[in-house]
Amino acid sequence: MLTKRIIPCLDIKDGRTVKGVNFVGLRDAGDPVELARRYANEGADELVFLDITATKEKRRTLVNLVKEIAREINIPFTVGGGIKSVDEIEEILKAGADKVSLNSAIVRDPDLIIRASDAFGSQAIVAAVDAKRVGDHWEVFVKGGSEPTGLDALEWIRRTEELGAGEILLTSMDRDGTKSGFDNELLAEVNKLVTIPVIASGGAGTVEHCIDAVLAGKADAVLAASIFHFREIEIADLKNKMARANIPVRTIFEMTD
Amino acid sequence: MIGIIKYQAGNLASVSNALERLGADYFISDDPAELEKADGVIFPGVGHAAAAMDDLRSRDLDVWLKNTKKPVLGICLGMQLLYESSEEGDCSTLGVIPGRLKKFDSSMAKVPHMGWNQLKPTKDHHLLKGINNKHFLYYVHGYYAPSNDHTLATCKYIKDFAAVVAKDNYMGVQFHPEKSGQVGSHLIQNFLDVVYKKELNGQNLI
Repeated sequence: MLTKRIIPCLDIKDGRTVKGVNFVGLRDAGDPVELARRYANEGADELVFLDITATKEKRRTLVNLVKEIAREINIPFTVGGGIKSVDEIEEILKAGADKVSLNSAIVRDPDLIIRASDAFGSQAIVAAVDAKRVGDHWEVFVKGGSEPTGLDALEWIRRTEELGAGEILLTSMDRDGTKSGFDNELLAEVNKLVTIPVIASGGAGTVEHCIDAVLAGKADAVLAASIFHFREIEIADLKNKMARANIPVRTIFEMTD
Repeated sequence: MIGIIKYQAGNLASVSNALERLGADYFISDDPAELEKADGVIFPGVGHAAAAMDDLRSRDLDVWLKNTKKPVLGICLGMQLLYESSEEGDCSTLGVIPGRLKKFDSSMAKVPHMGWNQLKPTKDHHLLKGINNKHFLYYVHGYYAPSNDHTLATCKYIKDFAAVVAKDNYMGVQFHPEKSGQVGSHLIQNFLDVVYKKELNGQNLI
């Protein structure tokens, strides 16, 4: 049976892993390659690396990091953060990433989804959407959550699927960094609308939150950062408890020979 | 040496990294004359079937692939292109294995089929040695190959489809072994064993 995925997210700044609370106040959580290896061994199903570096050196540092990660780990990973063009996407995918996540760039230039999915296939293109409750709906924010766009999140997400996105990485700005649980109402609404997989992000604090995101939010995958970085939740323990809640999860069986 | 087929639709970095982790020698080429020097060939692939076929034809790789006697391992789209045709772009493919690729019905479940799923072996083959229905592999695909006589293992998503296939010297896997952790590495090692005829014990591995 297709399993629900557990995805540790590593925010990268200047080649190191950091995690902010509500996108501010960064705390160093270590070497990304070392963390990636640890997560892969512990049973992570996929990894996401989001680069939040804002210097000119950024691209080269990121590409080198992607190459190193691809050499070291043998599970799929997605790379995002400031990727703006088909050429940049190609560079990241050729370095060994399986998917790229696009956020602000596709809001500015929605056709980038068409060009990118035509060139590399929909499976390589993740539409990352940062959504925040505004009045009675959710609005899309960009630039690390600092800038409102006026776009209705549900309409935007449906459009990204039409344009060729292969997956949605849906972050609740209201919940991100709060450890108060995912926005399951938002997740459930999005999952009613689209037929591509949806990754829940923003708000993971406990095992129950992750279970709720799948059962109530209908998420296909659950993404979290700090709870894994600081070992507040062990991936194996999370998966055991999800399995007990009748959620299909991947367990690692040692090869016998 | 393993030859990795280079064309537009290849996920070359992942496959070459996987071979490096196993200590296997390899080269990457889109030249049939170069590939002729390989002991075995990995035929990767992601993306669109019709576009990939156009690209293979432009490099004469389609003809070479159809005629080679070397062990070939098709991965994901590489496996799908071994069949006769695909609904994706309504195109003819290599035709070394009978069957037509179909699109998953997205009214039934999320499409693409993306993530870790199992397989159910239906025939013995060295490619699947040590791998059973408890193991998980990483799949990403919107089209599937219906199960037939050449299917070595099936996977269930929306319906049963071919997860692993083999005919003569051609082998194919719908999942990505290069991204499937330890189980995937094991399968690639099994392919290397087929190529280099290890553990032969007097019987043909293919």
